[in-house]
Amino acid sequence: MTTTLIDIKKEQEKVKEQIKAQGLRVLVCAGTGCVANGSLKVIEKFKELGANVRPMTHQDKVTIVPTGCHGFCEQGVLVVIPDLDITYVRVKPEDVEEIVESHIKEGKPVERLLYVDPKTNEHVFKNEDINFYAKQTRTTLANCGEINAESLDEALATGAYEALHKVLEQGNPDAVIEEITKSGLRGRGGGGFPTGLKWKFTAANRGGKSYVVCNGDEGDPGAFMDRSVMEGDPHKLLEGMAIAGYAIGADEAYIYVRAEYPLAIHRLRVAIAEAEKRGYLGKNIMGSDFNFEIHIKEGAGAFVCGEETALIASIEGERGMPRPKPPFPANKGLFGRPTLINNVETLANVSTIILKGADWFSSMGTEKSKGTKTFALTGEVNNTGLIEVPMGTTLREIVFDIGGGIRGGKKFKAVQIGGPSGGCLTEEHLDLPMDYDNLIAAGAMVGSGGLVVMNEDTCIVEVARFFMNFTQNESCGKCVPCREGTKNMLKILERIVKGKGEMKDIETLEELATAVKDGSLCGLGKTAPNPVLSTLKYFKDEYIAHIKDKRCPAGVCEAMKVITIDAELCKGCTKCARTCPVGAIEGTVRNPHHIDQSKCIKCGACFNACPFKAIKQN
Amino acid sequence: MSDIKTLTVNGKVVEFSDEPNLLEVIRKAGFHVPTFCYRPDLTQYGACRMCVVEVEYPNGRKLINSSCTMPPEAGIVVKTNTERTRRIRKTVLELLLANHDRECTTCDKSGKCELQQYAEEYGIKDVSKYVQKKEKDFLPIDDSNPSIVRDPNKCILCGACVRACQEFQGHAVLGFANRGSKTLVQPIAGKPLASVDCVFCGQCQAVCPTGALTIKNEVNAAWDLITDTNKKVVAQIAPSVRVAIGEEFGLEPGENSIKLINAALKEIGFDLVFDTNFSADLTIMEEAHEFVERVSKGENLPLFTSCCPAWVRYLETQHPDMLNHLSSCKSPQGMLSSVLRELVPQYFEGFTKENLYIVSIMPCTAKKVEAKRAQLRKDGRFDTDIVLTTQELAKMIKSAGIDFNSLTPCDGDSPFAEYTGAGTIFGASGGVAEAAVRTAYEFVTGEPLSDLDIKGMRGVDKGHRCKDVELDIKGSKVKVRVVSTLKEAEKSIQEIKNGTADFHMLEVMACPGGCINGGGQPRSCDDSKIKEKRAAGLYKEDTELQYRRSNDNPDIKKLYKEYLEAPGSHKAHELLHTAYQDKFKGSYKDVVKQ
Repeated sequence: MTTTLIDIKKEQEKVKEQIKAQGLRVLVCAGTGCVANGSLKVIEKFKELGANVRPMTHQDKVTIVPTGCHGFCEQGVLVVIPDLDITYVRVKPEDVEEIVESHIKEGKPVERLLYVDPKTNEHVFKNEDINFYAKQTRTTLANCGEINAESLDEALATGAYEALHKVLEQGNPDAVIEEITKSGLRGRGGGGFPTGLKWKFTAANRGGKSYVVCNGDEGDPGAFMDRSVMEGDPHKLLEGMAIAGYAIGADEAYIYVRAEYPLAIHRLRVAIAEAEKRGYLGKNIMGSDFNFEIHIKEGAGAFVCGEETALIASIEGERGMPRPKPPFPANKGLFGRPTLINNVETLANVSTIILKGADWFSSMGTEKSKGTKTFALTGEVNNTGLIEVPMGTTLREIVFDIGGGIRGGKKFKAVQIGGPSGGCLTEEHLDLPMDYDNLIAAGAMVGSGGLVVMNEDTCIVEVARFFMNFTQNESCGKCVPCREGTKNMLKILERIVKGKGEMKDIETLEELATAVKDGSLCGLGKTAPNPVLSTLKYFKDEYIAHIKDKRCPAGVCEAMKVITIDAELCKGCTKCARTCPVGAIEGTVRNPHHIDQSKCIKCGACFNACPFKAIKQN
Repeated sequence: MSDIKTLTVNGKVVEFSDEPNLLEVIRKAGFHVPTFCYRPDLTQYGACRMCVVEVEYPNGRKLINSSCTMPPEAGIVVKTNTERTRRIRKTVLELLLANHDRECTTCDKSGKCELQQYAEEYGIKDVSKYVQKKEKDFLPIDDSNPSIVRDPNKCILCGACVRACQEFQGHAVLGFANRGSKTLVQPIAGKPLASVDCVFCGQCQAVCPTGALTIKNEVNAAWDLITDTNKKVVAQIAPSVRVAIGEEFGLEPGENSIKLINAALKEIGFDLVFDTNFSADLTIMEEAHEFVERVSKGENLPLFTSCCPAWVRYLETQHPDMLNHLSSCKSPQGMLSSVLRELVPQYFEGFTKENLYIVSIMPCTAKKVEAKRAQLRKDGRFDTDIVLTTQELAKMIKSAGIDFNSLTPCDGDSPFAEYTGAGTIFGASGGVAEAAVRTAYEFVTGEPLSDLDIKGMRGVDKGHRCKDVELDIKGSKVKVRVVSTLKEAEKSIQEIKNGTADFHMLEVMACPGGCINGGGQPRSCDDSKIKEKRAAGLYKEDTELQYRRSNDNPDIKKLYKEYLEAPGSHKAHELLHTAYQDKFKGSYKDVVKQ
C-alpha cells in the first residue's frame, strides 16, 4: 500500500487535551425524552448561570455538555456532574441556580433533586447505587449520556474510529469477518441471525458494486433503542458501518431512519458531515485507499419498512412492500446489488468487538446469545427507560431490580416483549434467562427489544387486540394471509372485548393464527399472530371469561362493565336517575333504584353522582 | 447448456436445468400447484401464497414457502399436497372469497375465473365465519372507457395487472393505494381509467385471475345488429384471431381456423365476411410507399408503424413531439372499414351506406378505443361500428349453439378477403416490418426480393422484444428495428431523442409478442409457449399461401386499378390515411370520454 494511515493515537491525545481544558463537564441529557421534558431550557439556564463560575474542583471552568440519552427517561431531565458522580433527576430550569450555587461552587449536592429509591424511599447519592444503572452493562450505550453527540472530537476522545483505523491498518477484510463471526454477535433487529455469517454471505459477492444498509426504521410501539444510539453516539454507528463496508467490499451505504426521528436524523447528518470533512469517512479514509460514503434515507412512516426487503424497496423509491426471499439481499439487494443490511444496534456493537476482541464480547451472554442487548423498558414499572444488559439476564432482574418493580405496588401480570411481533411472557417466565432461543421457545422473541410491563389491571385480550390492530394497520397489504388474516383476527378480538365473542371464535383465531404464521410472505405476517398465540397459551381463561361469562377479569373492557345499585345502600335519593343520560335508572323516591342493563351505556355518570356509594361496578 | 440436476417432487425425481423457479419444475414433473399471482412473463411476486409447498433440504432444514419465488435446488424434497399446504390454500381461498363480490353468475369471468375454479376444487362451501364484504362496502365499477371494465370489488390484489402495466408498458397506470386490508389497486390518484394515460392494451385484464378486470363486452350489441333485419352486417377478422380462437373450442394454439371462423360468422348471421389480412396487404402498399418516400427525402425518419392503437395512443399522450414519425396509414382495421363503407354498396347488391354495419373481430382491446377516434368517423358515423375481441366472438359462437369444430370450412367474400402471407404475419411482432420490407424492396429495386424469410425479425418470446435487422437493398443499408411492449418502445424513443438511434424503421406492438398475444385473445398468461405456437401458426400459413408479397395480391392490384389509382395517391390518402393529435394541444379530444 502506498498510502499512509494517520496516527490515530496522536489524534486522540489531541482531543483529550481539549476535553480536559473544558474543566468541569456538566452533562445534561438532550435525548428526545429529556428534550420533551424541557432539557434545552435547562441547558440554556446552565450556560447563563454556570458559564463564568469557578468550580470547587479547582478546574478552570465549567462546560455544559448536551448529551445523548442517559436511559433513565422516567426521571428526566437528567443532569450528571461527574466530580461527585451524581445524577440529578427531574431538573427544571428553576433548579439550575441551586445546582450551580450549591454543587458547583461549594461542592454540596442538592439533595432534593437526587433520585429516590422506590424501595427504601431514600435519596441516592452515588450513580452506582441507583439500581436502574447498577445492574446494567452499558457497552453499546457506553457513550450515550457521556459525550456531546454533535462533536466528533468528543467521540474521538472515547475511541471512535480507532477500530476502523485498526482494520485499515491490518488490511484484511476476511479477518474482520472472522472476528465478528467468532464474537457470536447476532442481529439485534429481532431475527437474531448470526451477523458474521451475513457478512460472509455478502462478502462472497465482492468485486462489483455492493452496499451496506443500516436499518434504523425502529417502529415497534414503545421501542427507542436505535433512536438513542443514533442520537447519543452517532459515530459509533457510522464507524460500525464503515468497518462492515470494508469487510464486505462496499463503498456506499444508506441509513434508513424513520422521519419521526428528526433529532436522530439531524445528529447523523452533523456526524456524517463532520466525519467526511475530517477524513474519517468519505474518500481515502484516514489516509487509506478505502472510500466509504453514507447517505441518509428518511422513512415515510411505514412499519413494514423495518422488514429488510421492504426497506430496500423503499430506498429504491418503490412502494414499501416486502419482496420474496430468496434472493436474499446478500446476493440481490439494493438496486439489484449485493447488500449487507444490519440493524443500528448490531452495527453499533462492531467497533467495540474489533477493539476489545471477540473473546471479550463472547464472555458476556449465554451459550448461543452473546454480548449485551438494549431494551426499552416501558409500561407499569417504576423505572422506565433505556437499559442495556448482558444476554441471559432474567426478566425478574429487569423488571424488579432495574425497573424497580411494578408501579403503585400492583401485582405483576405479564410483559409483552418484541413489540407486535413478539409475545407475552408471564410470571412463570420471570426467571428465564432472556436470549434469542429461550424467548422463541416461550412463544415470544427478542425483537428489537421493546419491553412493555403490564400489571394486574391490564386486560390481556385487549392487549392482543391492540397489537393486532397495529399489525393490521401496518400490513402492507401484499400477501393474502397477512392482509385478510389479520383483519379477521382483529375483528374477532374486537368482538370478544365487546362481549360479543363466541367459543368457536377461539378456534377460528387459532386456525387463522397458524395459517397466517405459516403462510405469510414476510416477517411481519409470520410473527403477527404471536401476541394472540402467546396470550391464548398463557391466558386462555381470560378469553373464556370474556366470551362465556361476558366478564373482563381486569375490569378494563368497557362493554363488559356491569353497573348495579346496591339496594342495601341506596337511599332512593333519585340523584342517579336524574343524572343518567339515557334514562336507564328506574325507581321511586326513598326506594332502592335499579339499572336497566339493556339501556345502560356504562358511562359511569351515576357512579359519580351517588352520595352513598351505592353504585357498584364489577 | 447448464447442467442437469435433480430434485424430488411428491416422491418423483425430476430433472431440471434452467427453470426460473421451483413452481416451473413442479409443473414439469406433472403436478399442478394453484396460483393467482404467478405469471411466467412477469416478475415473481409471491403474494397469493397459493403455491406454497413444503421443502426439505439435504441438510435436514425444512421450510414452507411459495414455490414461485424459490429457486430450484438439487437434492431438495418437495411436497405440494400436504396437510399444511392445503390448509394455507384453503384459508387463503376462504379469506379471499369472504372479501369478494360473489355474484358469480353475472360476472363476465364466470367459468374462466381462477378464484371460482380453486374454490370449487378445494371444496369451499362456507366462508361465513369471516368478515363478509357487504354491498355497503362496494366500490363503484369503472366502465369509463370503451375497452376495459374495472370492478374493484372482485380484485384479490395479486398485483398481476400492476406488474403487467409496469413491466410490459413501462407505464404504471395502475398501482397500489393504501395499506393493510384497505389496500386497493387503482389507476393513478383513484381516477377512472379513461382519465389517465391508459393505452388500453388490455394486458392487465389478460393476466387478471378474477373478474376485477374484464373486456367491455359488446356481444349483445352485436346480436342486436345482426337480428335487426333492416341492417346489413359485415365482419372483418384480424390476422391473429385465426390462430387463437380454436383454443376456446379445444384446438391447439396456432391451429389456423380462419375458414371455420368464416363459417361461424355466416352461421351467426353476418351478411358478408371479409378479412383484415386483405387490408394488412393494403397497409403494406401504402406504408412501404411512404417509407421509400421518406428514405429518399430523408424526412421524418425513423418511420414508426401505426397499426397498433395502444402504441399510437402512447405516442399521442407521452411523446406528441414524435408524432411526425408515425406512418400516416390507418391501421388495417381502419383501412378496411373505410374501404368497405365506400365500396361495399358499390360491389354488393342490397347494401347501402345507411344499412351497412361493420363489426371487426380483433385480438385487441385497444381497437375498441381506436374505432371511436374522431378521425375515423365520416358523415356522422364511425367507420367501424363494433369491435369484438376474440374472446367475445368465442362467446357469441357458443351462445349461438354452433359446434365450431364440425362446421364446413368456407372462404371469405371476394374481393376483400384475398390475402398474402405478408398480410397474415401482421399478427406476430416483426410481421409488419417483414411484410413492409418484402414490398419496399421491390418498390426500390423493381425486382422481387428472393429470400422472403427475414428470420431476424421473428420471435415472440421474452428474449425477442427488441430485434435489430440490417438489410442490404442494392447496396444501400437499411436498418429496421422491431419492438414489442411499450417499455421497449420507450427505450428506442430515448435513443432517437438522444441521437444514438441508427434505424430507419421502427415497428412497435404494445403487447408482448404482438397481436397473437393481444389483450382480447383467449387466456394465455400461464403458459408463455402459447404465443410461440400462435406465431408459428401464422408463419406456417405464410409459407403455404400462393402469394407472399402484398404487392402480388391480385385483389389489391384490382383495387388500385379500379379505384385507388396508386399507393400514396390523393384518393388513397383520403381513404387510407389519417392524422394524429397532440394531447397537450387544445385539439386533443379524448375519444374515451365521448
